[in-house]
Amino acid sequence: MSKTKKYWTGLDQLHNTPEFQERAENEFAPEATAEHLLESDNLDEGSTKRRDFLKFLGFSVGAATLAACETPVVKSIPYLNKPEEITPGVPNYYASTFFDGTDYASILVKTREGRPIKIVGNKKSKLTSGAVNARINSSVLGLYDSARAAGPMKGGEATDWATVDAEVGAALANLGEAGGSIVILTGTIISPSTKKAVAEFAAKYGEGVKHVTYDALSASGALEANEACFGVKALPSYDFAAADVVVSFGADFIAGFPNGAANAVGYGKMRSPKGGKMSRHFQFESNMSLAGSNADVRVAIKPSERAAAVISLYNKVAFATGGNALGGETTEYDATILKATNELVAAKGKSIVICNSNDAGVQTVVNAINNLLGNYGSTLNMANPLYIKGGVDSEMDQLVADMKGGKVGALLIHGVNPSYSYGNAADFNAGLAKVGLTVSFADRLDETAAGVTYLAPDSHYLESWNDSEAQAGSFSLTQPTIQPLFDTRQFQETLLKWAGNDSDYYSYIKTNWADVHKSSPDAGLLFNDFFNTALFNGVFESGTVGETPAFVGDVAAAASTIKKVATGDFELELYVKAGTGDGSQANNPWLQELPDPISRVTWDNYITMSPKQMKEMDFSRLERGDFMANVVELKLNGVTITAPVYPSPGQKYGTVGLAVGYGRTASGKCGDEVGVNAYPLSSGSFLVGAVSSIEMVFDEDGDPLVYEIAQTQSHHTLMGRGSILKETTLEEYKQNPKAGNPDLLLYVSSAGGSGHGDDHGDSHGEEGHGDGHGNEGAAKEEHASPFLPASEVNLWADHAIATGHRWGMTVDLNTCIGCGACVTACGSENNVPVVGKQEVRRGRDMHWLRIDRYYSSEMTDEKAEEEGIGTIDKFTLMETAAETPQVAYQPVMCQHCNHAPCETVCPVAATTHSNEGLNMMTYNRCIGTRYCANNCPYKVRRFNWFQYYNGSQDFSKNPANDELGRMVLNPDVVVRSRGVMEKCSFCVQGIQAAKLKAKKAGRKVDNEEVQTACAEACPTNAIVFGDLNDTESWVAEIAKDERSYHLLEEVGVQPNVLYMTKVRNVEENEA
Amino acid sequence: MSSQEAWIREPLVLGDKSYHDISNDIARPIEGKANRQWWIAFTIALIAMLWGVGCILYTVGVGIGTWGLNKTVGWAWDITNFVWWVGIGHAGTLISAVLLLFRQKWRMAINRSAEAMTIFAVICAALFPGIHMGRIWMAYWVLPLPNQYGSLWVNFNSPLLWDVFAISTYFSVSLVFWYIGLIPDFATIRDRAAKAAKPISHTVYAIMSFGWSGNARAWHRFEEISLVLAGLATPLVLSVHTIVSMDFATSVIPGWHTTIFPPYFVAGAIFSGFAMVQTLMLVMRKVVSLEEYITINHVELMNKVIMLTGSIVGVAYITELFMSWYSGVEYEQYAFINRATGPYWWAYAAMMTCNVVSPQVFWSKKLRRNITFTFFLSIIVNIGMWFERFVIIVTSLHRDYLPSSWVMFYPTWVDIGIFVGTLGIFFTLFLLYARTFPVLPIAEVKSILKSTGSQYKK
Repeated sequence: MSKTKKYWTGLDQLHNTPEFQERAENEFAPEATAEHLLESDNLDEGSTKRRDFLKFLGFSVGAATLAACETPVVKSIPYLNKPEEITPGVPNYYASTFFDGTDYASILVKTREGRPIKIVGNKKSKLTSGAVNARINSSVLGLYDSARAAGPMKGGEATDWATVDAEVGAALANLGEAGGSIVILTGTIISPSTKKAVAEFAAKYGEGVKHVTYDALSASGALEANEACFGVKALPSYDFAAADVVVSFGADFIAGFPNGAANAVGYGKMRSPKGGKMSRHFQFESNMSLAGSNADVRVAIKPSERAAAVISLYNKVAFATGGNALGGETTEYDATILKATNELVAAKGKSIVICNSNDAGVQTVVNAINNLLGNYGSTLNMANPLYIKGGVDSEMDQLVADMKGGKVGALLIHGVNPSYSYGNAADFNAGLAKVGLTVSFADRLDETAAGVTYLAPDSHYLESWNDSEAQAGSFSLTQPTIQPLFDTRQFQETLLKWAGNDSDYYSYIKTNWADVHKSSPDAGLLFNDFFNTALFNGVFESGTVGETPAFVGDVAAAASTIKKVATGDFELELYVKAGTGDGSQANNPWLQELPDPISRVTWDNYITMSPKQMKEMDFSRLERGDFMANVVELKLNGVTITAPVYPSPGQKYGTVGLAVGYGRTASGKCGDEVGVNAYPLSSGSFLVGAVSSIEMVFDEDGDPLVYEIAQTQSHHTLMGRGSILKETTLEEYKQNPKAGNPDLLLYVSSAGGSGHGDDHGDSHGEEGHGDGHGNEGAAKEEHASPFLPASEVNLWADHAIATGHRWGMTVDLNTCIGCGACVTACGSENNVPVVGKQEVRRGRDMHWLRIDRYYSSEMTDEKAEEEGIGTIDKFTLMETAAETPQVAYQPVMCQHCNHAPCETVCPVAATTHSNEGLNMMTYNRCIGTRYCANNCPYKVRRFNWFQYYNGSQDFSKNPANDELGRMVLNPDVVVRSRGVMEKCSFCVQGIQAAKLKAKKAGRKVDNEEVQTACAEACPTNAIVFGDLNDTESWVAEIAKDERSYHLLEEVGVQPNVLYMTKVRNVEENEA
Repeated sequence: MSSQEAWIREPLVLGDKSYHDISNDIARPIEGKANRQWWIAFTIALIAMLWGVGCILYTVGVGIGTWGLNKTVGWAWDITNFVWWVGIGHAGTLISAVLLLFRQKWRMAINRSAEAMTIFAVICAALFPGIHMGRIWMAYWVLPLPNQYGSLWVNFNSPLLWDVFAISTYFSVSLVFWYIGLIPDFATIRDRAAKAAKPISHTVYAIMSFGWSGNARAWHRFEEISLVLAGLATPLVLSVHTIVSMDFATSVIPGWHTTIFPPYFVAGAIFSGFAMVQTLMLVMRKVVSLEEYITINHVELMNKVIMLTGSIVGVAYITELFMSWYSGVEYEQYAFINRATGPYWWAYAAMMTCNVVSPQVFWSKKLRRNITFTFFLSIIVNIGMWFERFVIIVTSLHRDYLPSSWVMFYPTWVDIGIFVGTLGIFFTLFLLYARTFPVLPIAEVKSILKSTGSQYKK
């Protein structure tokens, strides 16, 4: 019935063709391959049909188009295997060591995702106590300097290490066999392993090898004096924290001096008047130095008078302590010297006399004074001396003579740049040309390296291993924090290689440290544990105290050898700036843009002169509208320097100053052609004596040649506004800790009640303070009196500030020495752009934190009243600084006002208040009306006038505009675009990180956990940051101090930053 | 011209005009060809405008850094120009609204052009708050626009935001008021331009006159709306410059933080506005031969206003000085001492001379009625008022609280270029206006013409 239906899949099956049968058996038919097609015979004949042609066309065009579009490659490559110690977004800190021949610091290097981005002090070091200065914390940018040599060079052409090794090795071997003279010229070496490597090298090449140490900033005189007095060729380490009286003859011991940052720590400790006791500081100098600006008594003297002043002090101290006096030197400063003597003798064993003279005779007399005062063994440590200066000028002079005489066969130069910094650089260069084999280990083709045959570039210290012994018994280690960025090799490794030792330097150090280990108190530990602990800590301080050597100096003989400093109408003394130092970091734009603490000038050096003398010589004193300095020609010993002349109140009349470290010609784009090179004037000594002439330079039209000076502060006096920078004297402070800082009481029409939000709150009252007022009493009588404390007069509803965190800061005007370490630290942490000289000159520096420097003026309110001077004349006279002014520093950053005037005026609410007391800036929301900056009473807001990175204008000096320099940027802080406002954020990224960390750990944020970059960098702890609501925090404790006050309290903005009255340790007639 | 009533008042229109004469006189510049002087003036204005536009584009392209501003002086020529132009814009509203309400018929000769001047001045003024922004492409953020960011909103505390509302309101109301007044006159021109002979003119003016028919109901509505708008605009005369002054008055900067600013600014604005009206009218009456409409009488009346407001401004200056002394606040005192004797003393001296001393010469009737002298003085007043704003803005900012931040401000060529450019924009627009719009209200002037018996008596 049913008929089987037959279903078929196609006609092939129906017909059951042989092809079908074949295919049915072969289940997996072979694919048609390209080969198959190509093999077919009729391919050539096959015509392309119209449709095919269009398909091919479409495909080709499509493929070509796609190929032409480059897919953006986001070069963020995640770790395949996450390294154990690196978590993206979390910084790692590595202990290391900075040493550049003058500055020494045990440091921590902050790295992010394998990039070093910031340098902070290592508090574990007893020698430096975590102190860093601007040069040290800016040195991280040197790593990302595109002017560094990318690899070894021969005759200015790139080559490879194998060639250099082979050729130099052969040349050295020849010289060694022939007994030729091979000289290794280095800066001071404090690394025991490096010394050993040098010795190994010397051993290999025989007797002819000589190691010459040369310091651009020489301490030769002091070294020779110490050798004569103690048999130790080293500098004493100073303990300023134990010094009640400091007398300095020209020594800028907190800035340009060896180990200055560490000295500042101790000095700062003694400058706090807490407990009614602070140190007393006398300074005798010609230029206004950073130390001099902080001195209680500063006497301006000529360089030629310095030796006499030192001898006069010696005689007086000797008279008081029973020593032998020298020949009767008297000076016109004897009254002050006598006063200093009395105080020194009263503080016997607790004083320091210090001098920057490079004359061994003067330094011997200074040593003798310290010896008479019993300072050795207490404030001056000769038992464990400092090794950070080792160069003796005569050795270098001898080397140059030998070179010129053709006696040197090979010269290997490391860490120094004599073609730039040697006084008689022409002689050095002439000699260099006569040396057969010349090798430089410089990191770039600098002035000296340009004259050598081989450049064997040393790695940056952040890429290197090293060890050091800056002070006897104080060891520290340097470890690499990044792979070498370029084809560079450590100097030590190169030297070892040439000495035939192929071991890497890391192993070499470890081997050497076996000796340190054996002689250390930790000898019981396994070596690896010992070494790794030292590496982790960065320091190993054995704690062994050496024996103080006996003083055996012959003062009388030494005094007779003191070289006379030539006198004249002008005497020149060179000095070292807090930013640029000896010029080795001249290509660091952060340092170039750091305003000089005294002059507030950036990107230049200049001849400093007494304003009085400038007026007499009719030079522009850059007052009011003047912004052009006159250019002068200074002639000294046949050397002519053309430089602008700049007024420096406090400069001794008849003297001029000039900073070294400028006028580089081969440092890179930031350092070249900035300022003039002062080293040719120096001839090994900073006291350079008489200037034969200073003359104004004229242009072709006969007009005085002028020069634009870029200063970040163009008004230098307080204009009688004492409430901005409150001051008192120690005597008054002892009687009343609130001296100089009376409560500011405002008159209100109907006092009483809380004052909060009252209508009468805004009444601009009279300032109710006056020294006669019993301030505390007035506060108690608040209800009866129509006076209210300024902090309670209030137009606005308060923020809820009593709960949670309230971040705040205190700035102690007493301990702030004005060094600028905070400014560069802030820039490094917050990616603050470098804008260059022209923009600074236009008043557009971008620093979030500035250190205002004020000179006192001879005109005061009291004087005007006494002498019946009218108000207008008074203010005009107040604009001029005194000839010998008192100096005060005031760091100013965003005050994070609780009633911030910037917040109310922003039309788009781009700046707002956080519930933790921060004044926050939302860059993304900012439209750039600048109203906030106008309405800021502190003028701390900074506007991005241009696109400072990747913009159309030339801001090539800004690190963010450089492929390499960009690597230094802190990834936690956004780089701001043009047209937006920026300002200090209290390092909110750090606050946030600490809060997250605490939250994850389920605990409160620790007191010390959150630090702003400035507070962290401050060597004297003048800036303290923390939670004002945390009663246990340091900042809360300081905020309660009688000295603390709010800047411009009467404006009623209620800042979260407090300043502490400056207390000067001066007697009435000195003030 | 003799009349039995109010013979002591001078007639407002001279020259025995008939209604037709008025239409002819006022429509003449529109219907005729431009003369050589017009072309010269227009070319200069256009070049200045293009130059300014170039400077603006350069600023927007490169950054505010092309100006002379710095970290201490965040506003200078930009806001000076802004306030100056807004001030100039004040006279228009005052003349059209306040004088209308006070039934000051003499306003008819000048109100049209004064209102046009207002519109153009406000355009120039409004430019500055825009281009002075660092990121002008985000300018719309100052408007309370709903957005996807939730609570992201404008800050109603900010006087700059008030400015946005004040200026835009003022501009809108002024524009509407001006245009309403123009409608019957456009219709007149439309009717004078025969459709066949001048099709384009006819069509354009037909559109612009909104189909004005001239019937009694239209006239009635016209009168009503004019009164309503005058009522709306009158508070604006006070509010705009009051709010502009609050940019400064609500701040904490000595020299800015002053409660006297609102009335002081309003008086200053009327002062400068009338001066600018004088400048323009004196040229226009000559060029377009309108001496019989804008008579010496008008000039004198406006000079009286200038003298009055100049005196108010002078009193304000002196009050400021007194208050700074009386306050006992050292910063306040210094701000004013610095104004008068500091590095910018010359700007203060210019301001005092131009604004306080010079208008006092108008006590002399002879000078009040001297055309050349009035023209000269109107320029002086405009210069003085520019300096007033410069003095307030720059000398207050450049030396405020902390002496460490004290700096000088120097303008760059871009600053100057933009200012010159706005003058170019202003005059370009005004010259175009003078050739295309009836510069006097035809209909209204006819209403003050005495056409009764006396004309027929002749």
